[in-house]
Amino acid sequence: MSAVLRVDSLVKRYGELEALRDVSFQADAGELVAVIGPNGAGKTTLLSIIAGAQAPTSGSVEPGADAVGWAPQQPAVYSKLTVAENLELFARLEGVGDPAGAVDRMLGQTGLRGRASERVGRLSGGNRQRVNVALGLLGDPPVLALDEPSASLDPGQRERLWGFVVGLAEGGTTVIFSTHNVSEAQRYGHRAIVLADGRLLFDGPPDELLRAGGEQLGGDLERALVAFLLDRSPSGVDGS
Amino acid sequence: MRWLLRKDLLILGRSRLLVALLVIYPVVIALLIGFAISRSPSRLRVAVVDETPPGQTVLLGSQRVRVSTYADELFSQVQAVPVATRAEAIEKVKSGAVIAAVVIPPDIVSRLSTGLARGSVEVLYNGDALEQSLVQSTINSAIAQANIAFSEQIQRSAAEAIDALLQGRNLAILGGPQEVIGLTRIPATLHAIIARQPAGRDRQELEKIATFAGFASQNLALSKNVLATVGQPIQVNSTLLHGRRTPLNTFAVVVAVSVSLMFVCVLLAAGGVALEREEHTLARLIRGLVSPGGLLAEKGVLAAGCSFVVALAMLAGVAAFVAVDWSRFGLWVLALAFGAVAFASLGVAIGALAREVRAASLLAFLLSLPLAFLALVPPGAVGPGFYDAIGVVSFLFPFKACLQALDTAVNGASPALGGSLVHLAGLTIVFGAFARLGLRRAE
Repeated sequence: MSAVLRVDSLVKRYGELEALRDVSFQADAGELVAVIGPNGAGKTTLLSIIAGAQAPTSGSVEPGADAVGWAPQQPAVYSKLTVAENLELFARLEGVGDPAGAVDRMLGQTGLRGRASERVGRLSGGNRQRVNVALGLLGDPPVLALDEPSASLDPGQRERLWGFVVGLAEGGTTVIFSTHNVSEAQRYGHRAIVLADGRLLFDGPPDELLRAGGEQLGGDLERALVAFLLDRSPSGVDGS
Repeated sequence: MRWLLRKDLLILGRSRLLVALLVIYPVVIALLIGFAISRSPSRLRVAVVDETPPGQTVLLGSQRVRVSTYADELFSQVQAVPVATRAEAIEKVKSGAVIAAVVIPPDIVSRLSTGLARGSVEVLYNGDALEQSLVQSTINSAIAQANIAFSEQIQRSAAEAIDALLQGRNLAILGGPQEVIGLTRIPATLHAIIARQPAGRDRQELEKIATFAGFASQNLALSKNVLATVGQPIQVNSTLLHGRRTPLNTFAVVVAVSVSLMFVCVLLAAGGVALEREEHTLARLIRGLVSPGGLLAEKGVLAAGCSFVVALAMLAGVAAFVAVDWSRFGLWVLALAFGAVAFASLGVAIGALAREVRAASLLAFLLSLPLAFLALVPPGAVGPGFYDAIGVVSFLFPFKACLQALDTAVNGASPALGGSLVHLAGLTIVFGAFARLGLRRAE
């Protein structure tokens, strides 16, 4: 299977701070890649560079931003506009051929048809996040970057969101997502990428990370991750 | 850009309170500033105690000058509240019914009648430092005006007396001699008498007297002119070097419209850019959907367009009540358009620096209001060094240039419109560059 997403030697510096240090990996079509790590590890920076929202200091990402859908950590939606108006606006800005058709398709896919004429500011956090993800999918991109998509959602909303995302991956979309909830990475990720201090420390299936962290931890990926980070980067567990 | 414009107009339409505030608040501020500038200070309420007996006159030679002339002149300078006694005047000042009291003492007539002593009036006032300053300057001005009017009357009387001495007149009606021979006629009369006199000591004495009478009449005639000069030594003839004389009320209209244009435009532009940050949509937009420059231009066009419409409507509305030259309408449009674009550029720069709408609005107010007031400080009102500093600050922001452009467009004032428009265009480019730099933080 050929790689759909290629990240090669990515470096990002903010003045003296090196947020990403020579990060490289690939992802295939339909693959769900979880990016985990402590605060300040560089997860959001990595996803925003993949999405084209930031330029890297050096290195490259393929494909370009126009082939990557993006749902940032905070829902990037206009609260004074309705769900349908938000979708239509971004469909037109993205130059989608049939904006009305794209809006209708996304309303159906996200289960928001009944809320189409409701202002986004009046929606629950979960529904706002669904609109946020829907905006990333308007152009039917082969790659979707989700930055902590389930943060601030209740368990039911999380379940529905992941059901939707897994469905996308099954349809062939490559999904790369960051999360603080390691169990989500274990449950939904085909692969886990561990970042700490801007360095890629691990790239492989979650089960392999379990083994790397220590078999004696009883299948708890979160404890395995902490053990792994302490072993590889003692100062990087809390991001300090 | 048109879809972003449509979106922003939709959001504006749904933010009725914001729109109402954006329009009403600047208009109210503008009107307050306009009124403050255009209204001359209202006449102060001043209690006047005239202790001189009614109908008193000052006798100057054979002429009489009414003391009431002085009081009348004083009354015309203030809103006079006549009171009977000094105690009553003090009570009114203490209670705040009047801001000051002027007491004209009964001995003013006798002092002036001596021709040697000056009369004096007493001023009583109260209040804080600002009121004290206002009262002092107003009362001093009023008394100076009254003094001038009174001295002119005295001068006229003195001139009439000199005329009587020179030309001769029947002064019986004023209690003087029935026929007074004028000083100017004495030399000729004496020379006629001298011609009939034999040579000798008497004739020589008469010739000396005739010579003195001629000399005296010439110099006394000169003293009339000297009196006029001393009465008002310096007369003011004013010449406007550039532009047309601008009535205060039309200048106030220009100030009010410029202030409105600035507030609506800067707040809308700053708020528009900051809203994209607050809604987290900025990064989504500039990752390839819209260029940063295009986004700033869209916000600028929206803000400039809305503020232009508000300002033009305001100018046209106020022009219905103030005489302005409608034939210059094209110039109004030009000045407002350049001003709006420059303010929009400043607004997007502020919006690009702020992270949220409230911070952007606050920053816009904090920056705009003092700049507007600084631009209105007239030369001479502050020290030269401070005025130069104000000039530099005013030059770096669009308000003064916009005010000058609009003043020229509406009133034909100086400097030339072209210079102000070039200035505004330059500031548009500079603040546009700042906005672009500010937006880089989101990229």
